[in-house]
Amino acid sequence: MHLLNLTLSPPTNISTAAVGSFSGTKGQEILCVRGGTRLEMLKLNGQTGQLDTICSAEAFGIVRNVAAFRLAGMTKDYILISSDSGRLSIIEFVVEPTPHFESMYQEVYGKSGSRRVVPGQFLAVDPKGRSCMVGAVERSKLVYVLNRNSEGKLFPSSPLEAHKNHALVTHLIGVDQGYDNPLYAALEVDYTESDEDPTGHAFEKTEKYLTFYELDLGLNHVVRKWSEPTDRRANLLVQVPGGQNASSDRFEGPSGVLICCEDHIIWKHMDADAHRIPIPRRRNPLAQRGESSRGVIIVSAVMHKIKGAFFFLLQSEDGDLFKVTIEHKDEDVQAIRIKYFDTVPVSSSLCVLKSGYVFVASELGDQNLYQFQSLAEDDGEQEWASSDYPENGNSDGPLPYAFFTPRPLQNLLLVDTLPSLDPITDAQVVNLLGHASDTPQVYAACGRGPRSTFRTLKHGLQVNQLVASPLPGVPTAVWTLKLTDEDEFDSYIVLSFPNGTLVLSIGQTIEEVNDTGFLSSGPTLAVQQLGNNGLLQVHPYGLRHIRAADRVDEWPVPPGNTIVAATTNKRQVAIALSTAEIVYFELDEEGSLSEYQEKATLPANATSMSMAEVPEGRRRTPFLAVGCENQTVHVISLEPDSTLTTLSLQALTAPPSSICLAEIFDTSVDKNRPTMFLNIGLYNGVLLRTVVDPIDGSLSDTRLRFLGAKPPKVVRTNVHGSPSVMAFSTRAWLLYTHQDMLQTQPLIYDSLEYAWSLNASMCPDGIIGISGNTLRIFTIPKLGEKLKQDSTPLSYTPRKFVGHPYNTIFYVIESDHRTYSTKTIDRIVSEKEASGARVDRAALSLPAIDFGRPRAPAGRWASLIRILDPIANETVSTIELEEDEAAFSVAICYFERMGGEPSLVVGTAVQTTLVPRACKEGWLRVYAMKDNGRTLEFMHKTKTDDIPTCVAGFQGVLLVGIGKSLRLYEMGKKALLRKCENTGFPTCVTTINVIGARIIVGDMQESTFYCVYRSIPTRQLLIFADDSQPRWLTCVTNVDYETVVCGDKFGNIFINRLDSRVSENVDDDPTGAGILHEKGFLMGAAHKTDLVAHYHVGSIVTSITKIPLAEAGRDVLVYTTISGAVGALVPFASMDDVEFMTTLEMHMRSQNTSLVGRDHLSYRGYYAPVKDVVDGDLCESFGLLPYPKQQAIAADLDRSVPDVLKKLEGMRTANAF
Amino acid sequence: MSELRYTQNTQLEQLHARYTGTGHPDITKYEWLTHQHRDTLSSIVGHPSLLAYTSIADGECQARERFEIIERMLQPCGKPPGKTED
Repeated sequence: MHLLNLTLSPPTNISTAAVGSFSGTKGQEILCVRGGTRLEMLKLNGQTGQLDTICSAEAFGIVRNVAAFRLAGMTKDYILISSDSGRLSIIEFVVEPTPHFESMYQEVYGKSGSRRVVPGQFLAVDPKGRSCMVGAVERSKLVYVLNRNSEGKLFPSSPLEAHKNHALVTHLIGVDQGYDNPLYAALEVDYTESDEDPTGHAFEKTEKYLTFYELDLGLNHVVRKWSEPTDRRANLLVQVPGGQNASSDRFEGPSGVLICCEDHIIWKHMDADAHRIPIPRRRNPLAQRGESSRGVIIVSAVMHKIKGAFFFLLQSEDGDLFKVTIEHKDEDVQAIRIKYFDTVPVSSSLCVLKSGYVFVASELGDQNLYQFQSLAEDDGEQEWASSDYPENGNSDGPLPYAFFTPRPLQNLLLVDTLPSLDPITDAQVVNLLGHASDTPQVYAACGRGPRSTFRTLKHGLQVNQLVASPLPGVPTAVWTLKLTDEDEFDSYIVLSFPNGTLVLSIGQTIEEVNDTGFLSSGPTLAVQQLGNNGLLQVHPYGLRHIRAADRVDEWPVPPGNTIVAATTNKRQVAIALSTAEIVYFELDEEGSLSEYQEKATLPANATSMSMAEVPEGRRRTPFLAVGCENQTVHVISLEPDSTLTTLSLQALTAPPSSICLAEIFDTSVDKNRPTMFLNIGLYNGVLLRTVVDPIDGSLSDTRLRFLGAKPPKVVRTNVHGSPSVMAFSTRAWLLYTHQDMLQTQPLIYDSLEYAWSLNASMCPDGIIGISGNTLRIFTIPKLGEKLKQDSTPLSYTPRKFVGHPYNTIFYVIESDHRTYSTKTIDRIVSEKEASGARVDRAALSLPAIDFGRPRAPAGRWASLIRILDPIANETVSTIELEEDEAAFSVAICYFERMGGEPSLVVGTAVQTTLVPRACKEGWLRVYAMKDNGRTLEFMHKTKTDDIPTCVAGFQGVLLVGIGKSLRLYEMGKKALLRKCENTGFPTCVTTINVIGARIIVGDMQESTFYCVYRSIPTRQLLIFADDSQPRWLTCVTNVDYETVVCGDKFGNIFINRLDSRVSENVDDDPTGAGILHEKGFLMGAAHKTDLVAHYHVGSIVTSITKIPLAEAGRDVLVYTTISGAVGALVPFASMDDVEFMTTLEMHMRSQNTSLVGRDHLSYRGYYAPVKDVVDGDLCESFGLLPYPKQQAIAADLDRSVPDVLKKLEGMRTANAF
Repeated sequence: MSELRYTQNTQLEQLHARYTGTGHPDITKYEWLTHQHRDTLSSIVGHPSLLAYTSIADGECQARERFEIIERMLQPCGKPPGKTED
């Protein structure tokens, strides 16, 4: 089996972000690392107030840290990246001609992989851009001096070592010392002593050191300058401005660092007295007497300079932002102050833009952009200052708690949200819409804690409907018209019916008008605003040129003829007569239409014809395209010296239903100017797109795409100000340019008969369309998004969900660790009130989605079962579980007792702890489904001794994975009855898949086991085959009876197959005696599965579904990842394709497209060598290579460049999107 | 036998110092296990998706998870065993 990996929707999770002026122009950009593997540049659009993605690129490696730096005297920031490639990458963001990342340097310093002593975990840059430090978690630190050579090009020096053996690094930053020697600060712990002291005293007494490393630029040498113990629980360092201003002698700040510890923040600098303040915390209204609560840590921080002053925003793990200011006189700190600022989602990075915005790259879930409303200067919020405490807060022991009350946003205003799928904890790909959709949808359980959502993803562009109004009949076409050339907006809407034409005028309201000069008694073929102020109507019996209110020029067709097709633009008109002749008109000097003397004769009657718009500064468009009934398309010249001569001809597989010439920008064809595309809709539902040569009109590079069962109509429109093409088949499709590449996507909307762009004051960038007998006006708000999302909020982290066997209902189990369930909260509150204690109910009623829930100790759980209607996007009902009981597994099971009715089984555990994996007791809850699955009726629950990690229905009984055992339960009257078990699994059963009589069990660490159930002579669950490799499974899906596809915890996806001979032998063995007495092989089962395919995705795969994605496509494996990506593994149809794609992949690998310099082959074979999977994303980056390279590769493949591109597009569109 | 390290291959000690976590013939079970754990913990911290996975399972935020994991590297397998007499 050979597979092609395609990313359908890239990862959304932001693991780290950096702000800087990367383009070198005014304004700042935000560089995000999505899913740890993808670089994306975001820029704030000043007009819309939204963040636009201006560029994104796959890194083909794991990006661990990014930083922006600027060399002295430059206006542009470069990007510094540390990754798992063992290299330090310096990348430039280049805007011209199209925005892209350009790798400048790849400095090799160590082994590849995210290892313990290979630098890359930490990346610190000197604020003046002179040097940088890369550090590992343990021991290694390297310093690079960043210089410019004689040509002004950046180049890094050879690295200087600052290693310290046996030192664990918690955090590492650059210290701002102005133009003094670059200084770096690290939080280090030495483990030498604790490793050698069996009493444990040394471990207790181990101290964390704040260490400064200085790079002496004169000596080119790094010294460990200063080291002093600090708080053992310090976790984060923050740079404090320092150094003297170049123009005045004023100090920018006191320099040094802020050390964020558990519950405290310390300002510290070499040989200076420290200042310490507490981190304010929320009161826990549920805290019980004697319960000590855990300290609060700072998770992310940002420093912002504003008009010579500076402040810090620090975020705690509850999401609360604190503003920290430092009062200083030159280099002496007088006090540091902290106050509560606002509460936003917990972030992985905070980015403050100079224009007054803060981008909160939340660690999981939607990312938000906020605008500063104020800087919390005089808002009456309590402030804590170090000077208020004795010895500036440096006394021994912790400072007294500082409490604050969280409140809704006051200083920030939410302006934009980037929807994010991450983490997808479980997903299913299924078509629940029946006949309303010809492709399946992705249903994904996303998010964590109170911000969790259940999302429906549909392929296509979102449509925003403004108007849907009924019409008197069913129109065949609709157009909009301006009255004169200078008009900004359209004035008329013209609707053509089979027996008449209706003209509507657009004003405050839309109403019918009769005095327009248009012929209303028959249908219309085309309308056009002609010349400066003329209007043209083409009807079957002639042309009507309305030049002024009282002057109408008529051109009647010769008697007995009719017009069958027409096309117009501002200056030209061409019509096809029923005698298979073409008549051509052009606007003359006086503004009247003059007919070209000769008529061109066609070989057959025309079905449709098209001309492009008149190019800017030209008198005419050079080509006319005509589609004929004899399955050909002709390109006919309109140039004066060769008018109406046929330039080229293309034969088709079916008669053309509609054609359209349009000039659209696409860098893969022409990087400098728009390309003229001829779009041909065929009667068999296929859309052909060919490139028309601008010189000789020849046709080349034909691309096919099946749009739907209906013959497509193709129309030229404008979307977001750029030319595009719409095609109307069973779905409406849009061909448009996004990030300089041509995209073809369906609209998620009712099927349309026809549409035209509408530009009116109330709707400046709209589209007017007809669907049946209704008129629709809509806009397409966001281009470039492949999947449209609809979401339903959830309460806790979704774990798994199952669908009702035949109704559109999902059962989602949600559970959150370290959270009080509602029942626990009620109990604690009533207990407290009973004992006379005051309970802060306001703190409990804060919306959890913004403020989170009160933190509980480990072992406390909140969980529920949710019945969800995915079509209506609403929750039908929820079932809260008991206190600290958490649901871990769910399945639909048909029990014999239930008489063919499905039941829902939920595996739960009480007071579960993860380290060690244990629980007080486990339960199997059985629910009967009533009311078409919309209500669940509790039947009974059965106690188990460990966590039921997975459940599955199997031939009228229930299979449960409990710890290391697989058990079989039968339904009893009051409980489930245990019938047999197999305890032979090595670690913990995590998945159970049933296919026919076969049970495939996935172990937490040891891959899959193939089992059978035998009831003769005794009930037995027998393992007959397993895997020869250890695999830490996350999800398993059946591909066929012998084959499984699995995802593991390290981001691999692989396929295992059992020998079909073994499979048959086992099935023929009725008693299982053969299996039982077979000799084990390699300390396991007698038979082993073979690895068929293996691929490293780069992120943990959480679900895999086998389903055809495209209409009339093959089955593909759709997977989702924890970083929010959706991808597919597409099987190859022929060995030719395999050979072609493998060779192309090999060539692409040698091009070194990875921005971080990771070797592609070793990245995709991260943990085990990649096997029989071609990286489609890498192959598709062929389109981004410079043309000479493309040509060289294409020549090696014995194809032309357009052929390769066509093949690549075909691979994707045939089976996916 | 361990003397071979110093006599036969003088570079070996240097290599051991450079590549922390490399084993040697006289390694104890505790040392080996500690190396394994430290390697694993730093790998979790170094792979964003693995860190996200553990933090979701644990119900903690990623920064807390990262911090606690690095802290755990100090003594991942408990106290070292006492010296034996051979």
